[in-house]
Amino acid sequence: MKRCTILALLMGLAIGGCSDAQNRTKGVYMLIDASATCGLELNNAQTVVSYLLGAAQPEDSLAVARVDTGSFTGKDIIATMTFDRRPSVANNQKRAFQKRVNDFAADVKNGSAIDISGGILQAIEYLNEARVGRKYILIFADFRGESTRDRARNISFQLSDVSVIALKVTRLAPDSRGPANDLERLELWRAKVEDGRGKWQVIDDLERIDTIFNH
Amino acid sequence: MFTEPLLPVAPNPILLLALLLAAMYFARKPFQQAVLAFSRMVSNALRLSAASVRQAEKKLVDRNREVLMSAGLENAERQAEREFDRINATVVRNLNGYPTLQRQMAEVAAKLEEDHARSMEIPPHLPNWIDIIEPIANIKHPGDAMVSKMLAEIDRNLRKQNRQAIEGFRGASAKRHVLLNRMMPLWRRVQKTLTDLGRSISDLTERTKTIDRLMDDYREIRARTDKAACKLSSSSTTQFLVAGLVLLIAAAGAVINFNLIAQPMSEMVGGGSFIGPHRTSAVAALVIILVELSIGLYLMESLRITRLFPVIGAMDDRMRTRMIWITLVLLTILAGVESALAFMCDRMASDMEALRQTLAGVEKTIRPGSQIATIGQMIMGFVLPFFLAFVAIPLESFISSARTVVGIVTAGLLRLVVFLLRLSGNIACYTGKLIAALYDLVIFPLLWIEGVITEKPFTIRQAFEHVSNNRQHRKAAKVNEKNPARTHILESGE
Repeated sequence: MKRCTILALLMGLAIGGCSDAQNRTKGVYMLIDASATCGLELNNAQTVVSYLLGAAQPEDSLAVARVDTGSFTGKDIIATMTFDRRPSVANNQKRAFQKRVNDFAADVKNGSAIDISGGILQAIEYLNEARVGRKYILIFADFRGESTRDRARNISFQLSDVSVIALKVTRLAPDSRGPANDLERLELWRAKVEDGRGKWQVIDDLERIDTIFNH
Repeated sequence: MFTEPLLPVAPNPILLLALLLAAMYFARKPFQQAVLAFSRMVSNALRLSAASVRQAEKKLVDRNREVLMSAGLENAERQAEREFDRINATVVRNLNGYPTLQRQMAEVAAKLEEDHARSMEIPPHLPNWIDIIEPIANIKHPGDAMVSKMLAEIDRNLRKQNRQAIEGFRGASAKRHVLLNRMMPLWRRVQKTLTDLGRSISDLTERTKTIDRLMDDYREIRARTDKAACKLSSSSTTQFLVAGLVLLIAAAGAVINFNLIAQPMSEMVGGGSFIGPHRTSAVAALVIILVELSIGLYLMESLRITRLFPVIGAMDDRMRTRMIWITLVLLTILAGVESALAFMCDRMASDMEALRQTLAGVEKTIRPGSQIATIGQMIMGFVLPFFLAFVAIPLESFISSARTVVGIVTAGLLRLVVFLLRLSGNIACYTGKLIAALYDLVIFPLLWIEGVITEKPFTIRQAFEHVSNNRQHRKAAKVNEKNPARTHILESGE
């Protein structure tokens, strides 16, 4: 009896030591501002989506949504996908995903105002439901048109374990206050994300996009 | 208040030096005793350690010898057993045919005997009365027609008889020749059978010579001679190196095999799950390779090529044969699975490349439709499991020879430790003496004065002798303590 107990204990230890409870899947929710400000940057957004599809592993989750319709709704979600555990099926899913994004880019109409906060709320909900190990929200926008000082939009986020990455886009019409205004907006968003216990990161150069999953 | 000097006058360096020397002179004996005691303590501790390690080394060497001899005995027994098996097979093969052979030989011998007997038949002779009639036929007749006719008739009869006798003789001779001709193939058959038998016997003789040689080796090993130990040691080192080399080659094969099946395994077990820090697909591929190795091990055990698991070797032949077939079938199935995975690996690589091109937005480039690489991968996937199955043979050699080689290396290391301990012990001992001598060197003026006073001038050599004498005295005291009879003899001056 004693021997059996010791054996069971050892086996339990071995199994416990070998198995990894850590969830290694990652979920990425990309918010695209297709409004007049940066609509011509959609090609870059497509490149980012292609990179994300290439980097996605089986069982990862990926979603793309637009945030330039004034108020974020379910119709603004362009594509969502949790990839299959089998690589061959996942590859076909990636092809379908890319086709949907390309179709969107081909028929996109410029929106009026952006609703990044609504997009982030939706992204948080999606990533939590997807039960992924690492959560990323990519914002492909210049953050104009939505003020964090707006009371209606001044919502606090629950961003624990979520990395929010702002992909800086080229400004077509310079802000009247110049770069200082951009920096101020980014700083306000950083504070907002960090208040929600999220991680904030800004990527200026899309060539460095491959570094986003290193953190 | 503490700034005032303790001494009323400024300290004179010469005076201080003189005081120091005086103090050292008076402390000479206790200091030297302390230093020598300490060095002796360290030296003795190191020597004791060396003795202990030497004992361990001796035990290890004895154990190595035992292991070597038992391995050699087992090997010699196995070889002799195999030779006996071969002899048994030869004898069984020949004895199985022996009744047939005996029957054939008996039949041939009977036929030969019969033919021989028939060939020995005497040819028919002329009737006996011919000898009597012949002089009558040769009688000179005077011209009587009756007599002449009678004699002519006799002569004709005689000639007729003679011709018949000659014909009969010729017929009998021809029959004998036919019989003798018929004997030729029989003789050849007998000769061939005897040659085959002789070959089998000579094969057996060769095998008995091998067995004699093996038995000589066996006797030498049993007698535990140095020659046998040396031979076995050299043999096991060679085996260790060769088996290690083959295992390295097998490891390279296993790595190639792993890379061939790790990626496509994700189609079976999923590409996103992990076991520890490793992907489940990689672990599954590794497990498949290890299972192949295990099955190969069981197969070799069942075939009695290796003897790592005595339980398998001790199974009855029927069960063992079943196990051979089961392991062979399992191995073939796994080889088929690997071949399919290798095919899938190629397909997945193509698919992945196509996806990359799609994502990059470039036009798909059509690859030439060569199937050689795919076929090559599939063949490799099928062959590698069988190659890995044979790893059991070098593995057994490696394990058995590693015991000896590791023992030899460990014994060598222990010998080195013994040497270093003894060296350290000696260094510690002589360092103590050196410190004592240097101490005397520092206070040599006072020792010189002491020598002048006592009429024994001091030298460095004297210091060393002093130390050595102390030691010799102590040794002698120890010996005397152990052997009081010697003390008595020395005291009595006999």
